[in-house]
Amino acid sequence: MDNPIILKISAITQENPHVKTFWFDYELPSKPGQFVMLWLPGVDQKPISIAYDTGECFGLSIFAVGPMTQQLFALKRGDKLGITGPYGNPFSVRENTRYIMVAGGYGAGPLGLLTERLAGKQSPVDFCVGARSRDLLLFEERIEKIPYATVHVSTNDGSKGHKGYVTEILEKLLSDKYPSPPFGDTDTTQKILVCTCGPEMMEKAVLNLCTKYNVDCQISVERYMKCGFNICGQCCVDPLGIPMCSVGPVIDRETANKITEFGLYHRDKAGRKVEY
Amino acid sequence: MLHTSFLSIPFHNPLVLASGILGVSAASMNHVVDNGAGGVTVKSLSKEPRTGHANPTMIASDTHMLNAVGLSNPGIDHGLGELRMFKQRSTAPLIGSIFASTPEEFADVAKKISTAPIDILELDISCPNVSTEFGEPFAYSPHAILTIIKKVKAVTDKPISIKLSPNAWNIAALARVAEQAGADAITAVNTVSGMQINVQARMPVLHNKYGGVSGPALFPIALKCVYDIYAAVNIPIIATGGVTTGEDALAMIMAGATLVGVGSAVYYRGTGVFQKIVVEMQQIMQDEGIASLDEIRGVAHAS
Ligand SMILES: Cc1cc2nc3c(=O)[nH]c(=O)nc-3n(C[C@H](O)[C@H](O)[C@H](O)COP(=O)(O)O)c2cc1C
Ligand code: FES
Repeated sequence: MDNPIILKISAITQENPHVKTFWFDYELPSKPGQFVMLWLPGVDQKPISIAYDTGECFGLSIFAVGPMTQQLFALKRGDKLGITGPYGNPFSVRENTRYIMVAGGYGAGPLGLLTERLAGKQSPVDFCVGARSRDLLLFEERIEKIPYATVHVSTNDGSKGHKGYVTEILEKLLSDKYPSPPFGDTDTTQKILVCTCGPEMMEKAVLNLCTKYNVDCQISVERYMKCGFNICGQCCVDPLGIPMCSVGPVIDRETANKITEFGLYHRDKAGRKVEY
Repeated sequence: MLHTSFLSIPFHNPLVLASGILGVSAASMNHVVDNGAGGVTVKSLSKEPRTGHANPTMIASDTHMLNAVGLSNPGIDHGLGELRMFKQRSTAPLIGSIFASTPEEFADVAKKISTAPIDILELDISCPNVSTEFGEPFAYSPHAILTIIKKVKAVTDKPISIKLSPNAWNIAALARVAEQAGADAITAVNTVSGMQINVQARMPVLHNKYGGVSGPALFPIALKCVYDIYAAVNIPIIATGGVTTGEDALAMIMAGATLVGVGSAVYYRGTGVFQKIVVEMQQIMQDEGIASLDEIRGVAHAS
């Protein structure tokens, strides 16, 4: 049944000056990287990635960017929202794997959830989180509390951590691991898996680095969605024609490298190509 | 066994992707052909780009889907490129679907789309979820059907199929009007009008309030429409509405269909549904000793 169920907001928490998390006491249950369609009755409905899911309750961390999210920010505890889902292909939860997460913007939500789900898996995490400036950073403290995770911060303006792009931290981590060619999985103890979610140009840079260093990588690709369940075709990518709401949003390096539009253009509500 | 000739166009099998499901870009249509469709219909194109209605535009249950997408599309000028690109990668027949707000505009868009390598031109005059903007669908009016077909015929050499609405009580009589006006085929049916109200939210779920019902619940309604149309006209029918299994597809052919449109079944059985229906049809035909689809077309009228 892909029909909204109505849930009451059980709590609202402020994550940073621009982001609020809306909590619902409801067992989804979801896997990290999946999303729900969030319906604000009478206004609109949009795909929102799941930032927290404890099993008993889940949280959606939202930036106030458009008309719908701005109206969401006016809501209070007890107000009703509609949910369908969860949808989509998730990130892999692997044992004995060295994870490097590269998060930009709200991408820190699903990657934060992924990091939490790695508890007890003997999989250490390097969590690279980037933002334009320190007030836009998300979930730095949430990840710092996790014993098997190391947080690496970058800001474009240098107000916190490394000054520059988060992908520069990734390249440093990878080149420390693989100091000279030939690249490849030379470490016999733990295989690396890079997981990324955030602005597409950042993700594209991550993909290119992972291809260069020949490490596994999973990328969350965002496309405009109307349905979320493989019908409208709005989220299909060139030239494969596969829908990102169901085959994605999380795809592997090989698939991402076959999507020629990745990092170049996406389609708008009407289906017109829009360049990045 | 399933090879079908429709208006002398060869189809590997009679299953065609219905307009508005997945087929918004060349790549998405190619993907559906890779999954076993005999042909594809592009999401209906209009003169100008349209963003469609706000979400929710679609909901689904075990028995039906309800949508009010609002005919979003990139516009005919952009669409032409996608149609050409589809044909660069595929030899499967391509049905170009268009819609417009006036008969004159239908002719304008028809003229443009005829420059693309489409095999059939489908006129969508039956979308039930844009009446606030366009007024009642043309599919309810014999006069509108006649005018649109005449105007389109005058500007194109492509065979045209007119897509009718199950909301019209006299669909068979309207199909006859279309045949007399020069239509080469009938596509039956589009979605039937419907709505859903969420009790906790105390309002309709679709942003547009009402929309079109498709999927299994539409099947018996569509089957009756096809049955009645077959009895009324001599032009071939693209039977669409709720077809989900091989048995459904064969029932449509026994009612008189030549091609069978498949849309919402993609929701119920995945994009691989085309291949699944093909296998089921072959199995039933084998069990029943049916050698070709021509043998059973319209056979249900004999009883
Ligand atoms: C999401 C959705 C979008 C549709 N968009 C169009 C459209 O643009 N043009 C059109 O002629 N029919 C459109 N239809 C109607 C279908 O082509 C088809 O006639 C109808 O859904 C019944 O078939 P089905 O039960 O196999 O889906 C749409 C249907 C759905 C479910
Ligand atoms: S959002 Fe509709 S097919 Fe992906």
